[in-house]
Amino acid sequence: MSDKLPSHVVTPGAGPAYDHGDKFKVEKLDFFYGGFNALTDISVSIKRHAVTAFIGPSGCGKSTFLRCLNRMNDLIPGTRVEGRITLDDHDVYGSGVDPVDLRRRVGMIFQQPNPFPMSIYDNVAYGPKLHGVRKKSELDAIVEESLKRANVWKEVKDILSRGGLTLSGGQQQRLCIARVLAVEPEVLLMDEPCSAIDPTSVQKIEDLMAELKDRITIVIVTHNMQQAARVSDYTAFFLQEVAGEPAHLVEYDRTASLFTTPKDRRTEDYITGRFG
Amino acid sequence: MSDSRDPRTGEPIPEMCADPKSAENSPRPPARQALMTISKATYFKEAALKNLFLVCACVAVAGVALIFLFVGLEGWPIFAKVGVFNFLGGLKWYPTKQFFGILTLIVNSMLAMIGALAIGGPLAVGTAVFLSEVASPRMREIVRPAVELLAGIPSVVYGFFGLVMLRPIVAHVFGGLGFGLFTVWLILAVMIVPTIATLTEDALRSVPDGIREASYAMGATKWQTIWRVLLPAAKIGIIDAIILGMGRAIGETMAVVMVAGNARVIPDGIFKPFLTLTTVIVLDMPYAAGDHRTALFGVAIVLFIISMLFVAAIRVISRFGKEMS
Ligand SMILES: Nc1ncnc2c1ncn2[C@@H]1O[C@H](COP(=O)(O)OP(=O)(O)OP(=O)(O)O)[C@@H](O)[C@H]1O
Ligand SMILES: [Mg+2]
Repeated sequence: MSDKLPSHVVTPGAGPAYDHGDKFKVEKLDFFYGGFNALTDISVSIKRHAVTAFIGPSGCGKSTFLRCLNRMNDLIPGTRVEGRITLDDHDVYGSGVDPVDLRRRVGMIFQQPNPFPMSIYDNVAYGPKLHGVRKKSELDAIVEESLKRANVWKEVKDILSRGGLTLSGGQQQRLCIARVLAVEPEVLLMDEPCSAIDPTSVQKIEDLMAELKDRITIVIVTHNMQQAARVSDYTAFFLQEVAGEPAHLVEYDRTASLFTTPKDRRTEDYITGRFG
Repeated sequence: MSDSRDPRTGEPIPEMCADPKSAENSPRPPARQALMTISKATYFKEAALKNLFLVCACVAVAGVALIFLFVGLEGWPIFAKVGVFNFLGGLKWYPTKQFFGILTLIVNSMLAMIGALAIGGPLAVGTAVFLSEVASPRMREIVRPAVELLAGIPSVVYGFFGLVMLRPIVAHVFGGLGFGLFTVWLILAVMIVPTIATLTEDALRSVPDGIREASYAMGATKWQTIWRVLLPAAKIGIIDAIILGMGRAIGETMAVVMVAGNARVIPDGIFKPFLTLTTVIVLDMPYAAGDHRTALFGVAIVLFIISMLFVAAIRVISRFGKEMS
């Protein structure tokens, strides 16, 4: 993998260095909050070992769609999914599928950093302990490795027993990333992970995304066009055209193509800032 | 308008509006208006309200102070007469024979409290977890008022229920008369459930939703999330709730006196009758006189100090909790 370009170097017209096939395949997905049809007819495949960005105006269902991928929406009463989502060709909503196991494999980072009110160490060790790691030496190794991968080890290595909530917002967010990485997810869903934190931390998170890519598939929701262009290999543009009507996927392409030569007029309007 | 100059540089301050035409008819920027002075009426109203609330607070403080003073003055001589050590450390409480030891009563009160807590605590925390994390909104609307109603039932009614319903059952199942520690535990356990459950539920609800989501998103089950994240996160609030429950159990009188059996010894079994700090006051006060009466006030002082210790514990724990996070 040494010949791979860092992901934030976007060569116009070029896609990611490799196409590793589809991690998620979504076919004709409709999503309902009770009677409200929030998303309609979404078909998209999310490439393995690539970063896919979801962009679109506020309220167009980016978060909703993201939460379909790890079935977090199951926790909201009255929600319903139609259509099909597969993870490595296995139906995510298939009968008998355990959403708990799915969520271990498909980790999630939220807009607001949400560390548990416990020590930094315990935050990161939470997942491994949950899934049966008991040995202290093993946990120590996982904690260190995860914090390193999340680009926050240097800042916290001497204060591992301090409360996670005593860190700055940006550090908290990276701690949350470490916490998720500790359970070795195959996919990382990030819902506006950088919108509530300082620029240095944003830089560190963008760097770690590039580094994680060769082991993990990443999906990121962002309102920041530059960020989408910098970090992602593929971009999907969602739009809800009429309030109350379901949102849909307008355009999905390699990031370089979508940002330089959008095929749809509405995409162009959005990325050039004419609406949204 | 060009007469306005920046006080530091002496430069004319540029007009706010870029369009010269609109600048001509626009009034001075409102920022230059003088600040309004406070009106007399507002001032007096504010001052009056402030004092009104101060008076309310003072009444509460004065109430506590007066009770403490009264009980203290009435009960103080017994400590002087028999000695603090003999009073608190003596096992014999036979006031008519000049034995004023209340250790038996202290131990009995503790026994009653600990058992009630052991049964009622888990029951209450379980109820709170159910209300805050498990129940559907519909279910919650049924269970919560029921729990709150438990808090509203007068303690004499609990006692009556215990005497008429519970005591015969206990007697039937375990033998004996049914008066005693075990029956008291059951009654007190139910009585402290609403206190602990309501406060624990509040503590659980104040845990941010983001934390629940984070846990579920890591592949935790509901049970794991409750046990490993939510209960620890609400720990301080739950401890406070339990201490308040302990206070309620220690202080309860009416329900206890009706089912405790009221023997002046430390019970040597969980079905044996016993007398506590509170029940001795209600039983002896009607006929007590002289040193006996003073000793009962001494018991009240002890109860007062115990509840002060509970309040202090809550404060210390809350402060400790704030420092921890
Ligand atoms: N729990 C819910 N119940 C009902 N409707 C919801 C719920 N959550 C979101 N919605 C609705 O679904 C639509 C999509 O919301 P969603 O949060 O997915 O948008 P978004 O693209 O993530 O917006 P933003 O960029 O502001 O985060 C909105 O119209 C929103 O009002
Ligand atoms: Mg969103």
